[in-house]
Order: sequence, then C-alpha cells, then structure tokens
Amino acid sequence: MRLIVPLQGVVQGRGGLILGSLIPCALFYFLQLYLKRNRSPNSQSSPPSRSTSSSTLAEMTRTLSRGSIGPARISSRAISIAKPNDSPYYIGLDKASEDPYDRIGNPHGVIQLGLSENRLCFDLIKKWMLDNLSDSIMRKEGGDLSISGIATYQPIDGTMELKLAMAGFMSRVMGGAVSFEPSQMVLTAGATPAIETLCFCLADHGNAFLVPTPYYPGFDRDVKWRTGVELIPVHCRSTDNFILSITALDQAFNQTRKRGTKIRGILLSNPANPVGNLLSREMLHGLLDFAQEKNLHIISDEIFAGSMYGNEKFVSMAEVLDSENFDKDRVHIIYGLSKDLSLPGFRVGMIYSFNENVLAAARKLTRFSSISAPTQRILVSMLSDTRFTEEYIETNKKRIQNMRDLFVAGLKVLGIRCGESSAGLYCWADMSKLIPSYSEKGELELWDKLLNVAKINITPGSACHCIEPGWFRCCFTTLAQEDIPVVMERIRKVADTHASCS
Amino acid sequence: MKQTPYSRTRSPEPKKEKTRGGGGTAMRVIVPLQGVVQGRGGLVLGSIIPCALFYFLQFYLNRHRNEPDDENESNSPGQNQTTRSPSSGQLAEHPGLTRNLSRVLLSPRSPRGPVSVSGRVSGIVKDAESPYYVGLRRVKEDPYDEVDNPNGVIQMGLAENKLSLDLVKDWLAGNVKEAILGNGKELTIGGIATYQPFDGLMEFKVAVAGFMSQVMEQATSCDPSQIVLTSGATPAIEILSFCLADAGNAFLVPTPYYPGFDRDVKWRTGVEIVHVPCRSADNFSLSIAALDRAFNQAKKRGMKVRGIIISNPSNPVGNLMSQETLYSLLDFAREKNIHIVSNEILAGCTHGKEKFVSMAEIIDLEDVDRKRVHIVYGLSKDLSLPGFRVGVIYSLNEEVLAAAKKLTRFSSISAPTQRLLISMLSDAKFVQTFITVNRERLQRMYVQFVGGLKKLGIECIKSSGGFYCWANMSGLISSYSEKGELKLWDKLLNIAKLNVTPGSSCHCIEPGWFRFCFATLTEKDIPVVMERIQKISEICKLNS
Repeated sequence: MRLIVPLQGVVQGRGGLILGSLIPCALFYFLQLYLKRNRSPNSQSSPPSRSTSSSTLAEMTRTLSRGSIGPARISSRAISIAKPNDSPYYIGLDKASEDPYDRIGNPHGVIQLGLSENRLCFDLIKKWMLDNLSDSIMRKEGGDLSISGIATYQPIDGTMELKLAMAGFMSRVMGGAVSFEPSQMVLTAGATPAIETLCFCLADHGNAFLVPTPYYPGFDRDVKWRTGVELIPVHCRSTDNFILSITALDQAFNQTRKRGTKIRGILLSNPANPVGNLLSREMLHGLLDFAQEKNLHIISDEIFAGSMYGNEKFVSMAEVLDSENFDKDRVHIIYGLSKDLSLPGFRVGMIYSFNENVLAAARKLTRFSSISAPTQRILVSMLSDTRFTEEYIETNKKRIQNMRDLFVAGLKVLGIRCGESSAGLYCWADMSKLIPSYSEKGELELWDKLLNVAKINITPGSACHCIEPGWFRCCFTTLAQEDIPVVMERIRKVADTHASCS
Repeated sequence: MKQTPYSRTRSPEPKKEKTRGGGGTAMRVIVPLQGVVQGRGGLVLGSIIPCALFYFLQFYLNRHRNEPDDENESNSPGQNQTTRSPSSGQLAEHPGLTRNLSRVLLSPRSPRGPVSVSGRVSGIVKDAESPYYVGLRRVKEDPYDEVDNPNGVIQMGLAENKLSLDLVKDWLAGNVKEAILGNGKELTIGGIATYQPFDGLMEFKVAVAGFMSQVMEQATSCDPSQIVLTSGATPAIEILSFCLADAGNAFLVPTPYYPGFDRDVKWRTGVEIVHVPCRSADNFSLSIAALDRAFNQAKKRGMKVRGIIISNPSNPVGNLMSQETLYSLLDFAREKNIHIVSNEILAGCTHGKEKFVSMAEIIDLEDVDRKRVHIVYGLSKDLSLPGFRVGVIYSLNEEVLAAAKKLTRFSSISAPTQRLLISMLSDAKFVQTFITVNRERLQRMYVQFVGGLKKLGIECIKSSGGFYCWANMSGLISSYSEKGELKLWDKLLNIAKLNVTPGSSCHCIEPGWFRFCFATLTEKDIPVVMERIQKISEICKLNS
C-alpha cells in the first residue's frame, strides 16, 4: 500500500499539470537507475529464484534475532485485546461489580448506574418461570418428553419456532405497526455478536462505518476488535438535542473519503443510546436517501425499541421500508431480548436483514455464537404466551416512565438538567456545571470523584465519544425506588464540594 | 483455495481483482507497475511509460476539474466511493482513457446499483459447498425414520452421540426447575436474567473442571481459574486462533482432520492451515518427521507458523496419541517456539482398553513450557449435549486467558443453561453413571458396526475413541483418486441414502477412506446400513 500513499496528491491532480507529471517521472527515473545498478552482478537469475532467495534471507535474519527458545508469543491482535481496559466505562463496571451496593449488606458499596440493565420487572418474569419453566424445556410431545429437541445439534441460526415467536414479540413491542418475516432473521448469542457478524459481512479490514456520537461505548469493541473495521464519529451537539443531521453525516463522509478510507455504512442506535431520543420518520427517510446516494449500508440498532416512555412514537427502519420504495438490500436491523425483555443473561440477539447475501453469510457465522437449545425452548413458550407479553410490555413501560420521572426530578432539584428523551433505560445528564474545567479532563475528574468518593458508577460522555464535555449517562433501571434518594444524596455531596471549591 | 481474504489482496493476478466488486481497487495500481518496478522494461522504456501515463492522467484530471471541488464530488457519487481508489483503478487499466469513461458508465456501482457485501463473505459462502456440508444438508431435507421415512437418508456424517440421551432425559425430567431457579424459598431470578460474567460463572467453571478431571481420569485436577467457557468448542477454537496467530500466520494440522477446522481456524481470522499428511501405513498416526517437513516447507514459502493443532482422540480416525508422541510434540513445539492447541473434546468417549493421556497431564509433570499448551474441550460430545453449546478453553497462558475472556463477549453461554449444567455436573452419581454407561454403549456399537463392515470386506483402522470409525473403501472406488472417492460418496448419499464423510473433506491424502459416525444410530439400524452399503458394493463390483 505504501506505494500509493505518496501518489495520492498526484492522482488527485493537485500538483498541477507539470509538477504532477514531473515529480513521478523523476522518481521513476531514479528508481530505474537504482534498480539497474543493483542488478548488474547476476542479471541472469530468474525472478522466482530471486524472490525465494530474498525471503530466505529475511527468514535467516529473523531466526537469528529470535533465538529458538523463548516464551511462546501470542498474536499482536490478542496483545491489544488483553490489555486492561482504560476506558472509564469498563473501569466503572469493574469497580461496581467488585464492591456492589446493597441496602442492608453493603450500604457503602458502589451503586451501579453504568450498566443498561432493567431490573424493574423481574417479579413478572419470575412468576412466569415458576409456573412454566419445566414444561417449557421438557415439552411433552405425544405424551413423551422430547429430549432430542434440546440435547442434539439444532439449527445454528436459531430454531424456526423461536424466530416466529420473536417476530410476534417484535411487532407487538413496536406497536403493531410493522410485521417481521422470520425467514429474514438470524439469531445470535446476544446483540453484541449480531453487530460483529454484520460488520464481518458488510465491511472488509480497513473499511469504516459512520457512527453518530455520542454512541454506546460497546460499539468500539463490537465493530473494531476482531473485524479490523473502523468507526468514524459524526458529531451531534447539545444545541440540536444531540439529533443527527445529514449535513454532519455528509461532512464526515467526505472527510473520510479524502483520507482514503472506504466507508461501507452507517451504524446508528434508535432509540439512541446514550441520549434516549428517537429518529423521526423524516430523518429515517433522509438517512435512506443519503445511503442510497452514497451506496452505503445502514445498520439500525433497535434494541431499545420496546423500552419506551412518554408519548412519542417509535418508528422502526423496517416500517419506513415497508411503506416506501427504498432499496431494502442495504438495511439491516439489530434486535435482542436483553433490554426489552430484560433478559441479558439469556444472550439472545438478532440480525434482521433484507439482503440475501448477508443473511446467507451471517447464518454460517452463527456457528460461532449460537443460543443454547434449552434457552430457546424457554423463550419460545414465554414469547408465545401473549397474555404474559402484553402485560409485561405495558407494565414495563409504566415502570420505566415512573422511575425516569423520579430520577430526572431528583437531578433537577440538584440543578442538573437532562436531555430530552423518550426511550431507554437511562437519562443523559448535563453536569457541565459541576466539572472543574470545561474539558474531557474536567469531566473525568468529576467521574472519578463520583466513582471513588460518592461511590456512584455512571458513564462519562467521553466514553461515548461525546464532543461536549460534562455529559453523563445514568442508568436508573438497575435501582429500586428507595435507592433514588441515596443516589441523589451522594451526588449532592459531590456537587457541594465542587461549589465550596470554586 | 488456500488463500484467505487477507492474503488475496497481495496476489498478483489482476483477474481476481476485477471480479471483486468493491474492495481493493487501490491495489490494482501496483500490478501493471510490477514490470516497471522490477526494472524489466529497461531504463528508458521503464521510465517513459509511467511518465506518459502520468502526464495523460494529469491532463485528464485537469480537464475534469473545472467545476468547484465539492460540487464535483456530489456530481459523480457513484464513481467515487472514495475519491482515490476509482481514479487509481482507472490508472491501472491503461492505456485507454476511453475505457475509463466506459467503465464509469458500466460501473456496477452506479448510484442506484446494488450495495455490495464485504469481500471476505464470498469466501465464507462458497466454503460451504464441500461434501461434508452438502451431505449434512441432504439429511436435513430427508431424514431417515424407521417407521415414517424408511427410505430417507441415514445420518452418519455428524459426530453426535444419541446413545445415552435417555440418561440425560431422566435427569432433566426430575431436576429442571430446581436447577434453573434454585432450590429453596428464595428464587434467584437475578442470577439468570441479569448480565453474568461472559466467560462463564465461577460455579460452572468449577463444575466443568471437576467433570473434566473425572472424564480424563486424571490424577491432578484442572484449575477452574484457567478455564474460559464459550458457546461451543467451535468458538473456543476460533478464539484461540485469534489469540495465537495474526492474519497470514499458519497452524500445522495433521491430516486427516475434522472438516470444521477449516471454518473455525480460517474463516474470520485470516489464519491458514498447513497440512501435515499422515498415512495409512502408520495407522494415520502423526510423525515428527512429517511435522518438521511441513514446518520447513511453510517457512520456505514465507509463512510464519504459530502452532500445531491436534485432535486427541483424533477425529476422524479415532486413535489416541501416546505419551511419547505427546512428549516429542512438546519438544518440537519448544524447539520451534510455537504453540500447541490440543482438541480433547472426545476425551470421555474412549472405548477399548487403551488409556487416554491428556496434554494437561504432560504439562503437569513437565514444569517447563506450560504457556504454549492450550486445551479445547466441550460438553457436546462427552455429555452428548451439542444443543447446549458449551465449549472450554483451558490454558496456562495468562495473556491468552485475558484476551480470550474478553472475546467471550461474542459467544457466551446463556445463564439458564449454565445453571442447569451446574446442577447436572454437580450430581456426582449421575455423572459417574453416565460416563460408565456411555462408554459401554459406545464400545458395543463400535464392535457391532466394525464387525458389520468387516463382513462386507471393509476394514477399519483400529480406534479407541470417538463416535466413528475410519473405513477403508478404496476397494470400491472406480479410480484411485479424489474423483473416484467422491463418486462413491455420491453413490452412497444418493443411491444408498447414507451420509458419510469422505476422506477428501478431511484432507486425507489417500483416497478411499470414509468416516462413519455410528452413535446417531440405534442397534436396529445397523443391519439397514450394512444392507445399503452392500448394495453399493455390488454395483461397484459389477461396474469394474
């Protein structure tokens, strides 16, 4: 590749007519001269033998420097993965799991507000499990228990039964506005491998996706680690309530292209994580037009589609595609049961795509992350129990809204404003008044104080690549209502010390 | 197809490049310049041609740049996915500027054109056309059933054990609810619904370690903290491949090997497999000399070998590695400074008298070099629960463990399954009964099946592990070649309706060998299978 890089200016014609020709000509002349000189001794030797001799030479030097006995080295990609995480997102999660808060057992522990996990409706799930668990796994078929349906190899991309059940659940979650086709689904062990699998299928090593910021900190892992794909941030700002603009997208696209990186798609989360706002129907149209114009894929992560509160209505990418004549081949939707059914421990994710090639490849790749059969069995029964799912979806929405209102009101009392939002298990809070300096450094200082002094783990905006300092994501669905005053009290203490300092 | 998607970009064949819609257009520049760079064209010619080309390019670009920059870019959105690569692509297709124009018009990437998928995907989709996968698909479409579909295809191509499922069933029927939800008044819904450690619950690791030592009849026990759990052995192998080798590096693998390795080791990692051929004359056991030869050949080709992957008990042959072989393997690995991945997923499925020796045992005795040994295990074979998707990486290399733990985010086991298995594996009585009964049943099936084949004149390599036998059908193939073997395979699949795995799918260098998995059958099925084989062998003899 190195040959190309210095020629970039030349190829783009920047150097002007004469200079652009003169420089490469001169370079080639010198190259030829050099090659000629170094070739005189054995011009007889044929090219293949030349290349082998040079490679053995390289090997010789390598073996010499290596020495045969030494520790067996691991791959360079593993070294970078094995390094301890320095992102505050993971540091906070680790701290919270080492010393978790418990009202009675550990009242001075770290309160977890950094993990978007929903614990508000465990009572409903528990009740269902108590009543139905053993029947759902050991399903009776013709009077006999069917063991081979769970013990033996199953379709690696998920059983058709579960896909059907998921399709039903998804359209119910999305308000019945759109129906999903089970044959276009590929099930994976969580949304994380679903995103990774899509990245493998849509982009080659060195290609890139555009991602509006602030974005979910896990995307860096899911998209980049093993696939070698890059993420190009498209910055959104508080003045627009962190809503994406096509102009910003276009700008990022052109800039990246100039750098010579090939962009293969746009990755977005809708409802957005960490902000919690929705993409409007018009915006989805705009995105589809943009993707069509630039010939890009769109990955729409809709894993929070059912975790809605407020009056705004969620519009799925699938719904827009249904209603108009867009090119469906470029749209891929990510879904999962970790958020909307609050079952992250079950590891169920989904790729929903309209592109047959992508589906074919993704199905094969699920060999590396398929869902275990007993889990699929439980979920088939659970999701087919419409009375349960309806009650669950409704209660869940109410409880999330209730918690959100309490939490946001609590922050307001402390003078902390939250971004407008209508979905998600979190709020996006503006604590820029509390940071010692208006910079990432100041933000991380506050984050550190909150984690180590106040013992609250929240996610700083910088972990989400937010361009403005001072924003924090607080997940409130891991709390019980009684915990909210404790959290507020802890934040108030930090705010007070800041006020007394300045 | 030894080339991976990664190495392909380096290949000097422009043809290949052209067929790839998107991707590395940029690389095309280099190809026509090759002659120039190597100085073949002579001093003057070698300078003049590129100079002239550049002059024309500049001229062309200059003419088309009259409009302002940004407008230019939005005017031709289809052409410039990236500004640079299409124009450099044009450069490659010298000499015609006219051709460049026509290329733009005919470009498959016109604004409304179909969106392309990644280049590496095409390799993945194609790879699935091997007889191994074709056979598996055929069975799925038309599975044999004694009563309902007596003319269906009998599955003998999948290493799955159905002999002892009744034991598992009985256990599950009695214990499912308590296992998942916990016993007692306080139900632990939080322990299954919420996020759990991605590399497996500690309790589950302890249970798996106990099961492993029991199965391997080891004096010393496995340390649970050295275990990383994955959703199946397939991702375990892939993760190790990621952690031990970079794209373009290679592993030595003795052939014949499990057809799935090509997928697990190569597909997404860009790692290559270098075959180490074993022969029937040695009972297909590995020789260090062959290993050394393959290592040197790979090195000569400029490939960096990072390790050896072995299956012990071997798949598809079913023989065990002796303690001496294991020691010499370790010596070889030390000398060359490479890793050893030992796939011991069938450790508990041994039958006969020979004793299985785990690599873990060897490194326990030998204090040096533990860091280069990594063991893959799983519950799909030894507990006959492939549907549960549980795989194990057991390594004493802290770096590998650290990286592997993080990568399990992409293939973790669901919590209810883990809870279920914790209770199952902690039930010592059940486990002991299962292992013993399963071995007995395997042994009986093996003896019957091999005996049946022998009556038909088909000899099998003596094996002591696994659900399969490795049968020599070279007497039945029409020509002593891969083609002859595949013809017989085709007859077996389509006429006799038996799905078996041909040796060529396992990269066996001698034609005429087939893997028969017998643990998916019942004893009643054996005569049916034998009869079907006999029919084919009569047809074959008639033809010859």
